[in-house]
Amino acid sequence: MYNWNWSVLWSPSADGASSYLGTLGFGLAWTLVVGLSAWCIALALGTVVGIARTIPAGKIARLADGYVEVLRSIPLIVQMFLWFYVAPDFLPDAAASAVKAWDRYNVLAAILCLALFTSARIAEQVRAGIQSIPTGQSNAAKAMGMETAQVYRHVLLPVAFRRVIPALTNEFVNIIKNTSVAFTIAVVELMAATRSMQEMTFQPFEAFTAATAIYLAVNLTAVKVMSMIEKSTRIPGYGHSGR
Amino acid sequence: MDFDLDVLLRAWPLLVQGFWFTIQITVIAALGGLVLGTLLAMARLSRFKTLSTVVGAYVNAVRSVPLLLVIFWFYFLVPFIAAWLTGASRPVEIKPITSCVVTFIMFEACYFCEIMRAGIQSIPSGQMAAGRALGMGYWTMMSNIVLPQALRNMLPILLSQTIVLFQDISLVSVLSIKDFFGAADFVAKRDGRPHEMYLAVAIVYLIACFTLSRGVKKLQRRIAIVR
Repeated sequence: MYNWNWSVLWSPSADGASSYLGTLGFGLAWTLVVGLSAWCIALALGTVVGIARTIPAGKIARLADGYVEVLRSIPLIVQMFLWFYVAPDFLPDAAASAVKAWDRYNVLAAILCLALFTSARIAEQVRAGIQSIPTGQSNAAKAMGMETAQVYRHVLLPVAFRRVIPALTNEFVNIIKNTSVAFTIAVVELMAATRSMQEMTFQPFEAFTAATAIYLAVNLTAVKVMSMIEKSTRIPGYGHSGR
Repeated sequence: MDFDLDVLLRAWPLLVQGFWFTIQITVIAALGGLVLGTLLAMARLSRFKTLSTVVGAYVNAVRSVPLLLVIFWFYFLVPFIAAWLTGASRPVEIKPITSCVVTFIMFEACYFCEIMRAGIQSIPSGQMAAGRALGMGYWTMMSNIVLPQALRNMLPILLSQTIVLFQDISLVSVLSIKDFFGAADFVAKRDGRPHEMYLAVAIVYLIACFTLSRGVKKLQRRIAIVR
């Protein structure tokens, strides 16, 4: 009923630049560029916000809570469209028209959107990681004369970061998956490449199978790398689960 | 930047329709996903090796690819499945809403499966041994002892996942389906008013999800006290 034809993967693509497998390869490259850039920003921002949520100073913690709540309550595609279609108009007129004329603004919008979206999730994990450490430890550090900053730097964060590695692995896999939403604002990442292959060849299942295999491979690699990091950073004698 | 409230008023009926559609799909997919997900969880924990391996592979595969890819997979696959089920010789034409419902049940089942698996495993094995000692069969024991407790323990997580589902429905707009976001997107492009439409959608989602997650937190606290 369905005519399988795997050779389309090797046949020249419609744009003539390479084979369809090459098209998917370019898509994967863009997925990784967008995903990894967003990941670096998200990790830095999420850590700061996560720490802010645990400090006793009321106002900052509440502000950080609000940041997380807002970013978690709006669907990703809506946030993507806000960054792409609405955000430039909040800039001064000259800057707004410059941004709109720039043909790569969609990539920047996707990176910013995914970075903020993921930073809220990372902040939640970092907060949980810090709060999972018994208060006796930070009290002891304070009793030894440490400042709040020193307590975080030397006592809380080294343990908290190790504890959240599995959760961060999950978030990394999520950011790679979420990069696919950037295809709605015309970033030619893996999902967009898959769609164009499907539309040009009329062989949807070959295109989708190939994309599925690529996503699985990327995510499996990410999980392997993260578990290596987890093993190499484990504190000797501190128990397998970091307890 | 100009902001015209009139645009929203004119789009109102379409937005309400879209919102209603999103809620309907959320409820159907959550209930369908829960039933199917529980069955998948039981299959994953089954002692029949082949069954648990096949189900495990399906659940892990769906969970590691983007929802958009899952949506496209089922959008093209469902006509073939329908043809196979009805014995038709050509792919059956399927309404977008049908494919949308099937997609979200199949997708959500994988996430609910993992939650229910944890829920089932959280019940002490002594209870199952006791059930067996009383002469209960597998299905009697599951439906009377294990599942009610598992469901109750996992209720807050299941509801949080349903809030995520409620947000995820917005992705069906890529199939030109007018869910809440799809309807707003349609008006935004037709009238050339992206600011009003996208901001309005964001605010409605924000209020809805914020209220719902507050409710889940409250429920979590109540359940925690009882236990």
